[in-house]
Amino acid sequence: MTAGAGGAGGPVGPVGGTAAGGSGQSWVLSRVRPLGGDPVDVLLTDGVVAAWRPAGSTGPDSEGLPAGTTILAAEGLIMLPGLVDLHTHLREPGREDAETVESGTRAAALGGYTTVFAMANTNPVADTAGVVEQVWRLGLDAGHCDVRPVGAVTVGLAGERLAELGAMATSAAEVRVFSDDGHCVSDALLMRRALEYVKAFDGVIAQHAEEPRLTAGAQMNEGVVAARLGLPGWPAVAEEAIIARDALLAGHVDSRLHVCHVSTAGSVELIRWAKAKGWQVTAEVTPHHLLLTDDLISSYDPVYKVNPPLRTAADVAALRAGLADGTIDCVATDHAPHALEDKETEWAAARPGMLGLETALSVVMETMVIPGHLDWVGVADRMALAPARIGGLPRPAAEGWSSIAVGAPATVTLLDPSPWRVVEADTLASRSRNTPYAGRSLPGAIRATFLRGRPTVLDGKVV
Amino acid sequence: MKRHLLSTEDLGRDDALLVLDTAERMARVAEASVRKLPTLRGRTVVNLFFEDSTRTRTSFEVAAKRLSADVINFSARGSSVSKGESLKDTAQTLEAMGADAVVCRHSASGAPHRLATWVRGSVVNAGDGTHEHPTQALLDAFTMRRRLGRVDGLAVTIVGDVLHSRVARSNVWLLATLGASVTVVAPPTLLPIGVSSWPVEVSYDLDAVLPKTDVVMMLRVQRERMSAAFFPTEREYSRRYGLDVDRAATLPEHALVMHPGPMVRGMEIASRVADSDRSTVVEQVANGVSVRMAVLYLLLGGSGEVS
Repeated sequence: MTAGAGGAGGPVGPVGGTAAGGSGQSWVLSRVRPLGGDPVDVLLTDGVVAAWRPAGSTGPDSEGLPAGTTILAAEGLIMLPGLVDLHTHLREPGREDAETVESGTRAAALGGYTTVFAMANTNPVADTAGVVEQVWRLGLDAGHCDVRPVGAVTVGLAGERLAELGAMATSAAEVRVFSDDGHCVSDALLMRRALEYVKAFDGVIAQHAEEPRLTAGAQMNEGVVAARLGLPGWPAVAEEAIIARDALLAGHVDSRLHVCHVSTAGSVELIRWAKAKGWQVTAEVTPHHLLLTDDLISSYDPVYKVNPPLRTAADVAALRAGLADGTIDCVATDHAPHALEDKETEWAAARPGMLGLETALSVVMETMVIPGHLDWVGVADRMALAPARIGGLPRPAAEGWSSIAVGAPATVTLLDPSPWRVVEADTLASRSRNTPYAGRSLPGAIRATFLRGRPTVLDGKVV
Repeated sequence: MKRHLLSTEDLGRDDALLVLDTAERMARVAEASVRKLPTLRGRTVVNLFFEDSTRTRTSFEVAAKRLSADVINFSARGSSVSKGESLKDTAQTLEAMGADAVVCRHSASGAPHRLATWVRGSVVNAGDGTHEHPTQALLDAFTMRRRLGRVDGLAVTIVGDVLHSRVARSNVWLLATLGASVTVVAPPTLLPIGVSSWPVEVSYDLDAVLPKTDVVMMLRVQRERMSAAFFPTEREYSRRYGLDVDRAATLPEHALVMHPGPMVRGMEIASRVADSDRSTVVEQVANGVSVRMAVLYLLLGGSGEVS
């Protein structure tokens, strides 16, 4: 990744020569554009947004700055609330060769994220208070961003009996999102019970919608390309049938359902219908489903293998429209690192999944912002505020602006929208290399990320 | 010719005709008293078979030997492949042995495509999963041309498990390229979603199609498909889609009956039809050697005149 405007986002230097350091340090984001609006100087002090001042009015000699304040030249940078990813695979414990909490959250910070929800399909599975607390503590130790573990819905993701959801909710990790992701809770009665049970602690069931009988042996989207390539099809109806059933169940028991990685036009229609009914149904879409289509699989390169699979251009268009009009509430990466040997194989033997954290905002820029489907207020909602609400995070989330207004936590990210960069797998922070965007040019670059006033990324590098 | 033969879908008309014409010359070698050419002397052809297929492997082996190539049979069973060695490791091993061509049979669609990115030699797809089997389609076209004098303008009907058939896919593309009109006939469960994008007519009614058919190609139907509810019983399949004696009688006088083998006699084809004069089953085997000689010769840029 290469910088565009040289030095933008780099610290100019501390005020008054006082040695900087610690979370008590203050920052002035000079001439930054909050949510893409007019430039202002934003003062971050004591972990909160302390003041907005006229653009360029705040220099090293300005009055009222705490000692050790650093002026950050942020001209041209867009300030967004720190991004929140509802769907991240950190692979620890169990597959530390593919990713660790440390490397995954490092990638997250570089991508502008300040919170990631770590999926439960680790080894051992995050189906007990012990495992979710371990993941949560590893996140604290790494310090690159907040880690909120997702708890498994069923013991061992086996889909047979409920895990101790309450114990995970009351653990130090305070789990609110429960998911068997990678597996569908396909038993209708078990799904109903899970939805009902988590109401006691305002939990949400995040469903990987995939009817297993319709996808036995499935390798890619069922359609024209699969027919040609001779790969067993993963039909859209396998996703849509589960979404329809779950929406009805959520309506019936008045519980919160979140639909993971929506991938088909029909799913968007069903979620629109469920919302019109007034049911508590939310949904996410991944960056790769907003950009990539199944015809890429003609090379049989398993870097394009993912579950749910890449779909058609018509599906991509419907997903973009659904995200634009709010039918789909948020973008979630489904960041899924895999070791090289799990991808450098014949198609059928490869593991499904793609990296996403370090490219998500760029893909959203390309697919949503540049074509005019979303403005930066919309991006802040779909990538930070909505996922925070769904995941039960304590942060002001009512309106885009209030999340970065005076008094809000100084948890923000600064994006330079101007450069285009060619993605290189070897330069990513993730331990794995399975990015489907390698060699592709994407817009935008994260210059800095702040977590409660403390920089986790500066000048595009991890602090 | 391109460096690899991975599918007929990306095989142009000129290259396809070049293979057929070259195969014609190779067939004459088989009829000669000394059935061997020196053209690939010193070259190494590896038969890399991850699936058992004595017929196809033997056909390639005979073809390579008639061209004087050294042949190594690398079978997955009993080798390190069954001990978890990856396709990539196998490719690197073959590379180190100096394979000029790798003939690959694999149960995974696309495996030869992956292999082609890891080796310097030519890769010939000898059947990959449910994707393609290009030399089978080439030998089928060669057989049609020898028997009926042309492929262009023929009405070819492909019957059976099209969904899982690599033979069907390769034939559909190649026959379309060569100007035949293809009809696929199968129960709807055994046709892929997306078949409407293929250059074929689709029918569920074999009896309606046979009288207008120049070539009927019967595909093998595996009995285990029944358990996955593709069709109710073997007898019902046979009644609706099997080529029995009465059905075969509705074919035009000149029409051919083809089968890529191995046949399930009594299921998709009656023994009396399979052994009749219009059947090309045995001829297809002989033609397979000529076509595979042509493919290896063209890919490896064999030297010397083929008389």
